[in-house]
Amino acid sequence: MNHRLSRFRFLALIAIFALIAAACSGDDDTTTGDDTGDTTADTDAPATTQAAGDMQFDGVEVEVLTFTGPQIAEPLQRRAPDFEALTGARVNVTTVPFSELFQNILTDAATGTNSFDAWVFAPQWLVDFAIPGYVEDLTDRVNNDPDIAWDDVAPFFRDFSATYEGTIRAIPLDGDFHMVYYRTDVLEAAGLEPPQTWDDYLAVAAAVNGQDMNEDGEADYGSCISKARGQQSYWWITSIAAPFIQSQGTASGAFFDLETFDPLVNNEGFIRALEIYGETGDYGPPDESNLGVGDTRGLFTAGRCALTLDWGDIGTLALDPETSVVQDKVGAVITPGSTQVIDDSGALVDCDDTTCPFAINGVNHAPFASFGGWSGGINAAADPQVKDAAFAFLSYMTQPEQANSDVTIGITGFNPYRVSQFENMDLWLEAGMSEAAADSYLGAIADSLNNPNMVLDLRVPQNQRYQQTVLDTILAQFVAGELTAAEAAAEIFSQWQEITEELGRDAQLAAYKSTLGS
Amino acid sequence: MALPDAIDARRAPRSAGERTLFPREASTRRLLTSPAVVLVILLSIFPLIISAYLAFSRFQFVSDGFDITFTGLDNFRKLLTGSQSRRFVGRIGTIPWWGWLALVGFVGSMAWTGVRAVRSAPAKRVRIAVSRSVVTIAGTALLALMIQTLQGDGLPGSVVVTLVFVLAGVALQYTLGLGLAMAASQPLRGKRFFRAVFLIPMTITPVGAAYMFRMISDTGKGPLEPLWSFFFGAGQYTWVDNPWGARIAIIVADTWQWTPFMFIILVAAVESVPDALLEAAKVDGAKAWHQFRYVTLPMIAPVSLTLLLIRSIEAFKIIDLPQVLTGGGPGTATESLALGAVLEWRALNLGGSAAISYAMLVLTTFFALILVNYGHRRAVAAIS
Repeated sequence: MNHRLSRFRFLALIAIFALIAAACSGDDDTTTGDDTGDTTADTDAPATTQAAGDMQFDGVEVEVLTFTGPQIAEPLQRRAPDFEALTGARVNVTTVPFSELFQNILTDAATGTNSFDAWVFAPQWLVDFAIPGYVEDLTDRVNNDPDIAWDDVAPFFRDFSATYEGTIRAIPLDGDFHMVYYRTDVLEAAGLEPPQTWDDYLAVAAAVNGQDMNEDGEADYGSCISKARGQQSYWWITSIAAPFIQSQGTASGAFFDLETFDPLVNNEGFIRALEIYGETGDYGPPDESNLGVGDTRGLFTAGRCALTLDWGDIGTLALDPETSVVQDKVGAVITPGSTQVIDDSGALVDCDDTTCPFAINGVNHAPFASFGGWSGGINAAADPQVKDAAFAFLSYMTQPEQANSDVTIGITGFNPYRVSQFENMDLWLEAGMSEAAADSYLGAIADSLNNPNMVLDLRVPQNQRYQQTVLDTILAQFVAGELTAAEAAAEIFSQWQEITEELGRDAQLAAYKSTLGS
Repeated sequence: MALPDAIDARRAPRSAGERTLFPREASTRRLLTSPAVVLVILLSIFPLIISAYLAFSRFQFVSDGFDITFTGLDNFRKLLTGSQSRRFVGRIGTIPWWGWLALVGFVGSMAWTGVRAVRSAPAKRVRIAVSRSVVTIAGTALLALMIQTLQGDGLPGSVVVTLVFVLAGVALQYTLGLGLAMAASQPLRGKRFFRAVFLIPMTITPVGAAYMFRMISDTGKGPLEPLWSFFFGAGQYTWVDNPWGARIAIIVADTWQWTPFMFIILVAAVESVPDALLEAAKVDGAKAWHQFRYVTLPMIAPVSLTLLLIRSIEAFKIIDLPQVLTGGGPGTATESLALGAVLEWRALNLGGSAAISYAMLVLTTFFALILVNYGHRRAVAAIS
């Protein structure tokens, strides 16, 4: 009897536990349904980090893929524990080399492996992720998230980098423009002005090359531009070539002809740009062809270079007293321009009111919004609750409270992209910039951002193949002396044409014109 | 002699209706081996077929997934005569007078050895003639390609770069490995310690070795910077910035890593040479060199051939060292076939990548067949 009773009690206990567990899970389901499940189906009430403050993502894990930093990965990894404390969602950041990031994302999604729930990538790749439907449409989520302060994101990053065919597909975390940095003390001592044209750049580099710029007794370099293959070097050539090629405003494009979609590389302007690109090596480190952008940044902040071409990173990296010897010795200018541009036949002609309508003091500038700024996208195949958690994390990262601090820290790799970041000088003064340095740094970015002849990065399908494979390889061959400038231009032309023929000329042209708004 | 019971029972015909544990032995064997066969098909043959299909196709992501379009020989055309020919084949230069001499010499020696082979086995003359002709044509083409791209105004593509890595690397590794094996087989004090030390490089991951050599070859910042600055001046020279410097850096790193593999097997082979033979040679007045040349070397020939075969096949797949050490550069100076295939794969040009892989497969098979067919005969002749 006792035995039966105890068995009965045992079964009763089990039943009670089962009921409690069911009730708890029912509560969880209700919460998910109210706050997240419904969000996915009907994004009237999307998850935000404000709402997430109640640990609504407790137990959720978000796998994020980005490139091997330390830049970009660092702020994601640093802020992940804070986000977990706020929302309960655990964010794991995986990194791969930059050259493998595109392929990793695409194959992960295409094979249905879906190891990653979110990616922080180059927004120019959006087209390849959006067409097969791999990247989630975030429009409703963004529109319903007041904390994200979307209107504060500068229009270019909001409307171009983050958007694909009218829908928001990525959350900007970074703003990218090429600029030329120079050593104010070195140029001042030499009585030189910051370069306005690429010819000026070469002249300044030649004039100061070989000087000891960091008082270590060794000769330093006039120019440092990273030229290693398989890294992020292939963007520089567009910054050098663009002012020779694009002169009629942003919508005219710097990569392809708007009627034939023939590459704009087999012309005197691009060949001249290649020659300049090669000649900068005469005033650079001996192993420049093997240096990545991290290496040249290190050389510049170590005081070994008078000039360099880079994104916004050097402005903040130069502030770090532990790694930089050039605090308050760095100036920045819009990328140099040209006094000549190509005509319809591809020959270089002098700038005048017709050929260079946007010229400043006779110089046609074409600042290159290269890369578009690291942005976060969400895997459309991820679990609905994980998508919400991933969005909440990306929103958290881009909210002014976090972003306005991160863009002032060099190691983050994040550069200003919000209006408040350009307008609030205190941010930069608190980060250690002098007022003059902040003016110069923000001024160079603003000059680029506001330039009517700004160059938009290539966003046609398989742009990565045009640039990261063909352009990168041929530039490496040119730098190594395997090809002359004319041969390199002809090779790029023929191989880009080949890709276009494969993918369909009309479709590529339509995609290109669509990104330019032509 | 009576057979053991089990064997006897197996050979004995079964009477009709006899019951055994496995009634249909053949089908049972098939059943038992089928998991292994399926595994081999899934892991080896299926990917081989799919990659062959990809080599003749174009892969593309489209709105509802991906699309594979059959393009015939287009991927191979691009490699051999199209847009990728400069990277794959290289830039073809002129053949100098010594190049013509080398080519004539190669063809002549192949013809001469072919005639001798036919004379020694007249019954197989057709087979010998066909195989020799194929080898001569392919070998002459490869030799001509090497001569045309490695000198003058030529530039080597990934085919020749890979051949340079294989030929130079494997030859160096074998020579050094044999030298070390001969030294370690001498009655020296502490030879066990040295044997263990010699093995260390092989245990290090190739990527780790590549990073190590990348630091060593950096004249401005690496651990050997004082040495470089003494010889070349501080930071003013980097040998990975020069095509041949970069190739040599990779061959040195590869040799450092793989010589222990040669060493450990060759030391066993050298020690297995019967002392009686060496003693007999010594008694006959043979000097050390003659003992090595006429006793040791022929005796280890079969092992050497196997080693060279394994190492060559492995060397054709070299990728980690050029990838990490030079990124395939400067330019494409150190881009091996495997690295070229991976770069195409990264660009999602799966057809192009598969075509390079198949070209590599053909080249490796051709090389291995030559080693087996020609080397094996000589190796057998050497010890018989």
